[in-house]
Amino acid sequence: MTHEILAAGFGGQGVLFLGRVLAQAGLIDGKEVSWFPSYGPEMRGGTCNCSVCLSEKPIGSPLVTHPSVLIAMNTPSLEKFIDFVVPGGVVICDSTMVDTEVSRDDVKAFSIPASQLAADNDLKGGANIILIGKLIKETGVFTRETFKKAIEKIVPPEREHLIAGNLRAAEIGINS
Amino acid sequence: MKGNEAVAEAAIRAGCKCFFGYPITPQNELPAYFAKKLQASGGVFLQAESEIAAINMVLGAASAGVRSMTSSSSPGISLKAEGISYIAGSDLPCVIVNVQRGGPGLGSIQPSQADYLQATKAMGHGDFHVIVYAPCSVQEMVDTVFKAFEIADLYRMPVMILADGLLGQMMEPVSFPDFTLSEPTKKWAADGHGGKRKKNIINSLFLQPDDLERTIRERFARYDEIKARETEAELYMTEDADIVLVAYGATARVVKSAVNLAREQGIKAGLVRPVTLWPFPEKELNEGAQNARALLCCEMSMGQMVDDVKLAINCSKPVTFYGRTGGSIPSPTEILEEIKRIGGVV
Repeated sequence: MTHEILAAGFGGQGVLFLGRVLAQAGLIDGKEVSWFPSYGPEMRGGTCNCSVCLSEKPIGSPLVTHPSVLIAMNTPSLEKFIDFVVPGGVVICDSTMVDTEVSRDDVKAFSIPASQLAADNDLKGGANIILIGKLIKETGVFTRETFKKAIEKIVPPEREHLIAGNLRAAEIGINS
Repeated sequence: MKGNEAVAEAAIRAGCKCFFGYPITPQNELPAYFAKKLQASGGVFLQAESEIAAINMVLGAASAGVRSMTSSSSPGISLKAEGISYIAGSDLPCVIVNVQRGGPGLGSIQPSQADYLQATKAMGHGDFHVIVYAPCSVQEMVDTVFKAFEIADLYRMPVMILADGLLGQMMEPVSFPDFTLSEPTKKWAADGHGGKRKKNIINSLFLQPDDLERTIRERFARYDEIKARETEAELYMTEDADIVLVAYGATARVVKSAVNLAREQGIKAGLVRPVTLWPFPEKELNEGAQNARALLCCEMSMGQMVDDVKLAINCSKPVTFYGRTGGSIPSPTEILEEIKRIGGVV
């Protein structure tokens, strides 16, 4: 199965990191993967997004135009991309940051107050990982064990102390 | 690894000892990687005061027989044009990377393929060519870097890797093949003779027309050899194809997806992907298109490769074009619609 994932939010919310974790997890599961960031001027304080493809087959365009999974970390991102989600696709919103409802009934919409949960659990900046936890729970795109391996791979050795926080954040999403 | 970083790592492994550059999006990760790693492997990274300075530093380092590289993106490559012509005129090997962005002028910083004509036809003034490779994945970027240094040394000429913002910015898994360094002895290099041999002169100025003509004819004899030996293309599902698409680099990936979509709907589409843009894979294109009724050229430009496609098949079949430009990337569904429009038979 091919997952075409689009993660979008403000610069600084960890959208690109979120995407890297997904790509690394796919790689660990033996899939073909690609990661492509928006690198336009919008990155400077504005909206930011990244495309991640996970597939059993070689990946064509790494740019996701019609996502099967949309992760929206703010209202503008949801509004900008909701119409492009494929029918039957999955939409996951950080409801702390998204103040509108998902306007379509042909997609599976989930929301979780990820930013609030991150703040409540002393996991500043961990909303992105909580959303990955939610994604794992709702789609089974990969397992929590794969996620753990991915985080251990991506977090550089000098920041090893951050691994535990990331694992805790993912569990919050998975258990929500 | 990002495409840009992978290119730099591959270059270091391929024995690149000098990198000279000047920052420009979307290729900045490439010099940044060299800045971190090249010195540790005994090389020199230098951020020059301009693109023009950087390419002339490459000329200098290459003259001394050192594997050298520069990279830039479209507007910066234009600035390097004069230096590239001098390097070609001096028969020096080097590798130049162009991570293309939208043009003309400062254009945009998004992916583009609008420097095709510049790279393949007119990379500078004078009678010369550079070999142009167009990889389509991060792994192929790596493999191309190794090959580019070898080929540059073999034929003593500049080799360009024509990438784009999409390939430079995207991350894909990549492996670095075991690479045994096989740098030839460069007897022509101006690397100090210590009074033990005749001096070597690196020069592109020949005031006597006969002398200049001779050097150019020698060079073009080499070009014929390159055309015969180094031309490369990938043929994908072309055996029974009614419609053959022609695309290179990042666009070829999108086209491959479109070909797969077309096949799912019973349309016999195929893809010829030129891997070398100069020399253009004429033989391979004819082979791939032999059963086709029509060809469709797809690019992120206004159609710069179309004439090469028409010439290669001697206008024996209709060639149409679909492209996006200015930094927009076509989607597989857009291309599928175009395949249907020009008459994909179900």
